Amino acid sequence: MIVPVRLPRMLADVSGGRTSVSLDLPAPVTVGALLDALAAEHPVFDRRVRDETGALRRFVNVYVGGDEVRRLSGLATEVPVGVEVMVVQSVAGG
Amino acid sequence: MTTTLLAIGTRKGLWLATSEDRRRWSLSAPHFLMTEVPSVGIDVRSGRTRLMVGVRSEHFGPTVVHSDDLGATWDEPAGGAIRFPADTGAAVERVWQLQPDSADRPGVVWAGCEPISVWRSEDCGASFSLVRGLWDHPHRTEWGAGYGGAAAHSVVPGPDATVHVAMSTGGVYRTTDGGGSWRPRNAGIGAYFMPGPAPEFGQCVHKIARDAADPRRLYAQNHHGVYRSDDDGDTWTSIADGLPSDFGFVMLAHPSRGGTIWVVPLVADGERVPPGGRLAVHRSDDAGETWRELRTGLPDVEFNAVLRDAACVDAGDPVGVYLGTRGGDVYASADEGESFTHVAGHLPDVLCVRAAVLP
Repeated sequence: MIVPVRLPRMLADVSGGRTSVSLDLPAPVTVGALLDALAAEHPVFDRRVRDETGALRRFVNVYVGGDEVRRLSGLATEVPVGVEVMVVQSVAGG
Repeated sequence: MTTTLLAIGTRKGLWLATSEDRRRWSLSAPHFLMTEVPSVGIDVRSGRTRLMVGVRSEHFGPTVVHSDDLGATWDEPAGGAIRFPADTGAAVERVWQLQPDSADRPGVVWAGCEPISVWRSEDCGASFSLVRGLWDHPHRTEWGAGYGGAAAHSVVPGPDATVHVAMSTGGVYRTTDGGGSWRPRNAGIGAYFMPGPAPEFGQCVHKIARDAADPRRLYAQNHHGVYRSDDDGDTWTSIADGLPSDFGFVMLAHPSRGGTIWVVPLVADGERVPPGGRLAVHRSDDAGETWRELRTGLPDVEFNAVLRDAACVDAGDPVGVYLGTRGGDVYASADEGESFTHVAGHLPDVLCVRAAVLP
């Protein structure tokens, strides 16, 4: 299935200059599998988004459709067909 | 003519300053703007200059980058220079210290991190391995966190296989076998914030430094208390007499002359400003027996603190002394602190400074 993904502009320097990608992944697709696919091509991007335990960084949010995955099943959240995933920084910083 | 490089790590980026005389400075545009730079190491041991920088984004976490062309380009290993092994279940929060080892171990660089951990690189800081002997120490679960986080903030390599580490909170630990085993070395160091007599460990030692002439002599700026050890850290005695306060974060040792050290006192734990609102450096040339206030060229009014790594020395002759404030002012002395000139102002709060005479 094709999953459209929006990436943070702040990370364009480690995502090949792209702020959106479409990933072709075998269904069912979880958010974790989607991030793994991104990590294979952009390992520094992955380190910005997830720490070395595999957890999402505290001030990085991932939305599936309109829902933030921490309110769903975290990285195990499945991405429905046709739904966009958005990776975005949350409100932080002084 | 020699060029001196001064790296200024702040809450919102890194600035690089260069000078031919250490009095007039040229300041770069910011590197890593909007990311915290809590640690910098400048390695000039192999006849070339490697800058290592601990960078931390509030959003996107910490990383370590390096440059071999004075910041024109930066390299970041794809897999990350400092990453906890999977079995630890831990993640790096902040890189507090990047410390090149001695000249006779040219590839070795040490790192101190949050959570409390020490790391060793053998490839000039491109990649680090966790020092398991300290990570697996039975005391680790009892180490605490200072306000800035639970970190190994000072790594002081010595001769042979001796390394001293200071952590907040935990105090001083020493290895004599290159990191395989570690013992707390805090006898004589106070911990007023805990009830009862001072413990074996748990002190909040803010910074330590090693004497240039006697590697078994160390100095410590504690969370109240300024100390010297003449026996490799086994015991510590106060050298605070003569200072306006025994609180502060900085402890600097002269890189080549024994007995000369610098501190930057603050009033107290509960009043973290320079005494009288006047920033001053205090230098001792007799290993802390007597002190002299030095403030020529420093502002008459300054209520900002100088953090533990926001002061450093270079290896020039005479030695240069540098400090930066949380108000974003940076000062340099080309004469061991006798007088200072203003390098930069109105920067974000200064977290670290490091200086080196370039080869």
